[in-house]
Amino acid sequence: MLTLSQVSKRYPTGDRALSDIDLTLPRGQVMALIGPSGAGKSTLIRCVNRLVEPTSGSIRLEDTELTRLSGAALRRARRSMAMIFQEYALVDRLTVMENVLSGRLGYVGFWRSFTRRYSQEDIAEAFRLLDRVGLPHALDKRADALSGGQRQRVGIARALIQSPRLLLVDEPTASLDPKTSRQIMRLIRELCAERNLAAIINIHDVALAQQFADRIVGLRAGQIVFDGKPGELDAETLTTIYGEEEWDTRVQEEETEGEPATPAPTAHLNLATGGAS
Amino acid sequence: MPVSTTSQGTPIWRLRTTRAQWLQYLGWLAGACLFLLCWKVISDNTMWVFVEDAGRQGSDLISRMLPPQWSYAHRLWKPMWDTLNIATLGTLLGIAMAFPVAFLAARNTSPHPLVRSAALVIIVSSRSINSLIWAMLLVTILGPGVLAGIIAIALRSIGFIGKLLYEAIEEIHPTPVEAISATGAGRLQVMSYGVLPQIMPAFAGISVYRWDINIRESTVLGLVGAGGIGLQLNAAINSLAWNQVSVIFVLIFVTVLASEWISARVRHAII
Repeated sequence: MLTLSQVSKRYPTGDRALSDIDLTLPRGQVMALIGPSGAGKSTLIRCVNRLVEPTSGSIRLEDTELTRLSGAALRRARRSMAMIFQEYALVDRLTVMENVLSGRLGYVGFWRSFTRRYSQEDIAEAFRLLDRVGLPHALDKRADALSGGQRQRVGIARALIQSPRLLLVDEPTASLDPKTSRQIMRLIRELCAERNLAAIINIHDVALAQQFADRIVGLRAGQIVFDGKPGELDAETLTTIYGEEEWDTRVQEEETEGEPATPAPTAHLNLATGGAS
Repeated sequence: MPVSTTSQGTPIWRLRTTRAQWLQYLGWLAGACLFLLCWKVISDNTMWVFVEDAGRQGSDLISRMLPPQWSYAHRLWKPMWDTLNIATLGTLLGIAMAFPVAFLAARNTSPHPLVRSAALVIIVSSRSINSLIWAMLLVTILGPGVLAGIIAIALRSIGFIGKLLYEAIEEIHPTPVEAISATGAGRLQVMSYGVLPQIMPAFAGISVYRWDINIRESTVLGLVGAGGIGLQLNAAINSLAWNQVSVIFVLIFVTVLASEWISARVRHAII
C-alpha cells in the first residue's frame, strides 16, 4: 500500500538523514520503526507526508506518487495520511472539539472552517471519536487544560477524523508515563485493527514496540539494518541497531525466574525495563 | 588565563587576568573623561544669563496658570471627544492595515522573501516618522481637521503594531502549524488554525497598548492643525491665556490616566 524506493534525504547542512531506503507497507500492518536518536526515524515519516522534502527516490501511496505532488493535489494526498505527534501538537488555545475538527480541514473550505461551520456528519463523527478515545466529557475544555495522556487522545481523535488509510505516528509515548504509554499504544493498535489502517510508529521504547507492532524495522544512520517480526529481535540485532550495550539482563532475569520461554512480548518487556534501570 | 598555579601546585581561579583588570579600569577612566568633556561642551553652549532666572520665570508661569479658569472647561468637551475619536479610530485603522503586513513580514508566514522585504519597508518607514510629522504632512494634503489626525495616527501605528506582531508570529510553536499542515489544510486554514490562536494574546495586548499610546499622541496633533484638544492648547498658548492652558493640562492628565487604567484592565482580562 505504501512503497518507498531509494528514498534519500540530505539536509542543507550536509547531514545525510536517509540513504536509499526501500520499504513496503501492506494494508493494515502496524510497523514500529526503532533506532537511536538521529537515525532518521522522524525524517522518514515526515518524508511520507512531505513535511520534509525527500532529496531523491519515490514514495507511492497506492497509485499516487507522493514526491511530485504540489498544491491542491498534495493537500488531497495528506488527507489520507494522518499524523500523531510526540508533543501532541495540539493548538493550546483552541477547545478540544476545535482541535478534533481541525482534522477535517482538508475537506472543508476556508470560510466554513474559519467560522467553525462543520457539517453535521463531521460533528457526529467528532463526538463518536471523542467517546471512543475516552474523552466525551472534555470537548469544551481548552486543549492546554488537559493532561499529557488526554492530549494525546485528542491528537489521536484529530488524526482519525481525517478518515485516513495510513497513520504516521511520531514518538507517541515519549512524553508519557509507562502506564499511559501502554494505554495509548493499545488504543492506537485497536483503532488500526478496527479501521484496517496501516501505521508507521516511531518509538524509542523497544519493549512497547515488540508488544504492540506486527513488524519491526530498525534504522541506524539513515539505513535499514533490521526488518522482521518482533520475536526475531535479540541482543545481537539490538547491537546492530543501537551499538554495543549490555542487552543481556533479560537472560539473567529469565534464568533467575526459572520460567520457560513465555510468549515473546512479555519476555522482551523485561529486556527494556532491565536495560533502562 | 584567569587560572594560574601557585608554587605549591594549587590552582587559583580569578574572574579576570591582571591585564584584563587594568584594561577595565582604563575603560572606566576613558568613559569618565568623555562625560566631563560633554559636560563642558554643553555648558559652553548654554546662555547662563537665561538659566540664572529660570526659577523666577518658572514660578511666574505657574502663578499665571493658577488658579485654573475652570469655566473654560465646558468648551473643551467637544475637542476632547475629538481627541478620543482620533486615537480610537486611528488605532482601529492602523490595526486593520498592520495585521496583513505582519503576516507578510514574519519569516514563517511570508509567501516570498521579496514580499517580506516590501512588508519590512512599510513597517520601517511607518516607524521612522513621528505621528506629529505624519500629521503635518497630512494637514498639507487633506487640509486641517480630524481626518488628518486619524490617518496620521493610523500610519504611525502600522509600524508599531506590525513590528511587534510579526515578532510574535515568528515566536510561535512550530509543531501545531506542522500538525495542521499535515491534515491537508490550505495555507489560509493553517494560518487561521495554527498561527492565529497562538498570537491572539499578543495581538490583543499590542493593540490595547498602542491605543493607550495613541491617546497621548493625539492630544498634541492639534498643534499642527490635525484636530482635537491640541488646537485649543495651541490657541491658549498663543493668546498667553495660561490659566486656560492649565485646565487643558489637567484634562489631558486625567484622560491619559483613565486610558492607562482601561488598557491595564483590558490586557489583564485578555491574557
